[in-house]
Amino acid sequence: MKLIWALIRRDLTLATRQGGGAGTAIGFFVTVIVLLPLGLGPDQALLQRIAPGALWIALLLSVLLSAERIFQADYEDGSLDAMALGVVPLELVVLAKAMAHWLTTSLPLAVVAPLFGFLINLDPQDILPLWLAMILGSIFLSLLAALGAAITVALRRGGLLVSLLILPFYVPCLIFGVAASRASELVQPSLLILTALVLASFVLVPVAAAAALRAYLK
Amino acid sequence: MQKFANPARFLKLAETLLPPIWGVTILAFAAGLYMSLVTAPPDYQQGETVRIMFVHVPAAWMALMVYTSMAAASVMAAIFRHPLADMAAKAAAPIGAMFCLLALITGSLWGKPMWGAWWVWDARLTSVFVLLLLYLGYMAVWQAIEDPHRAALIARIVAIAGFINVPIVKFSVDWWNSLHQGASVFRMGGPTIDARMLWPLLIMALAYTLLFVGLLLIAMRSEIAQRKLRQLRLAGIEGR
Amino acid sequence: MVQLQADSLACQRGGRTVFTDVKFTLSSGQLLELRGPNGAGKSSLLRLIAGLGEAVSGQITLTGGNGDLSIGQQAHYAAHQEAIKAPLTVAENLKFWGDFLGGGDMAAALAAFDLKALADYPAALLSAGQKRRLSLARLALVPRLLWLLDEPTVGLDANSLDRLTRLLRGHLSSGGLAVVATHAPLDLIADATLVLGTAR
Repeated sequence: MKLIWALIRRDLTLATRQGGGAGTAIGFFVTVIVLLPLGLGPDQALLQRIAPGALWIALLLSVLLSAERIFQADYEDGSLDAMALGVVPLELVVLAKAMAHWLTTSLPLAVVAPLFGFLINLDPQDILPLWLAMILGSIFLSLLAALGAAITVALRRGGLLVSLLILPFYVPCLIFGVAASRASELVQPSLLILTALVLASFVLVPVAAAAALRAYLK
Repeated sequence: MQKFANPARFLKLAETLLPPIWGVTILAFAAGLYMSLVTAPPDYQQGETVRIMFVHVPAAWMALMVYTSMAAASVMAAIFRHPLADMAAKAAAPIGAMFCLLALITGSLWGKPMWGAWWVWDARLTSVFVLLLLYLGYMAVWQAIEDPHRAALIARIVAIAGFINVPIVKFSVDWWNSLHQGASVFRMGGPTIDARMLWPLLIMALAYTLLFVGLLLIAMRSEIAQRKLRQLRLAGIEGR
Repeated sequence: MVQLQADSLACQRGGRTVFTDVKFTLSSGQLLELRGPNGAGKSSLLRLIAGLGEAVSGQITLTGGNGDLSIGQQAHYAAHQEAIKAPLTVAENLKFWGDFLGGGDMAAALAAFDLKALADYPAALLSAGQKRRLSLARLALVPRLLWLLDEPTVGLDANSLDRLTRLLRGHLSSGGLAVVATHAPLDLIADATLVLGTAR
């Protein structure tokens, strides 16, 4: 556990020193949101209807944008080699990296995302359920992003492939996330399904991603 | 099983199997199309449009079946290290994608007169569309990774992970109140479909399966040839 | 008595056969030097020993080590890629690897390659040779039985080369093992030399 924490702490330090991570993602997020009324027209009623879904889609895209780099730097500079020789199983390394990505990118995005709802006339009643669903769902998004990053770690233009591979897996999160964001009551079936998705990905993603990393190290 | 692991043996097997497979495929298509287009009665609700079903339903079955066998081949490759298993999964993907596309297009042709729209976003249609994306993603992995050994390892993970979608497609009509009609052939308690419609459906399914096997054998044959070519080229630059 | 043994190893990369029928035996206190032209498979062999590669045939066994750990988990593998994070300081880089690999001796690591004066500078500012020293300092940071070094002398000045030699000598005399791929002969008598890529 202490060893895992060392890795998470290193990634957090790196993210704060290098900057960019969350800031760029949030900037991208806001840009997507701003583009919507420009493309759809300023009809307030229409915008209010699509607001939760639009915020979710922008969240998915912003998380994906930063996914590619999760393992790439460590692969390129040989850190991943050394980590593979550590006493910590690669599965836990994946989990730690995914959590670091969540803390530095997805969580900040999920926290600020509903606040930008005012740009597209989000119903204030939706803010609280949207917040809860996004914070929960963002864990799933980071884990799956880590899987995509592991699958494409050594590919020069892996970014597009990550999107093609991972977006289909984001579909259930989008569907139940949006459903949970429209709720009149806070805890309801969609939120529970979202929780189930998070838990399942917690178990399955590290196994699959570690297998992919091993294939690249060989 | 291990007996066919040897590519040379496999090639010989394919050589002998292919002509009869093509023969039966043509017969099955002829019989199936005749029955579905001529002898099957029009549906009392859907009229003649129901005939699209005989092309559409088996294609959708195949799309699921091919993905399932791809995932199964990937598991076999991971556990038994059978050298042809990865190749079979790789060769099956474009064929499965083709069936998937056929199911989507014919479904769309049927949807226009029946539902009044080419496409509706319900659970069944969406999950089949995701299936097509998974096929494309799987194929893209093989294309993106240079080293075939490494590509095989990664493709296995992608195929197995994507299998999650198969039960979702199958049961989407039961789990969600879908616009798409429910299962009427593969269901608990037996088929609920008239025999005059069931038979052409099954014969078309047989024809599709044979077509798949034939195409798969050809695709695997060309894959083996390509690998041989790569080996020869590598031997050519050895020590220069 | 620890013994590292390789038997009829064969390795392929990208479908190309790199080497076949490699064998050697190495006991505690011994150094194996790998020689051979580019592409002969020196790096591949080191990765294979570390468990970062897959042999087509043959096997590598380590007897007398910690049976609960894999060979790789008892080894240091140092290659061209230095596993250094530019935004972190020299000390932070070492601290991370010390923590992650299960507790390290920072003072020894800093002393081994004379990095004390550089400890608080970000690694981004280091020269190529200094980065190399930082990368090799991992050897002194965490004690491990087997050292797998891929061209460790590249970019080192005479002084650092001397330190590396001393470090290696200390490692061997305390019962460690080392496999070193190098073009430049080390100022150390190798107990065995394995030349790859001659039989064609």
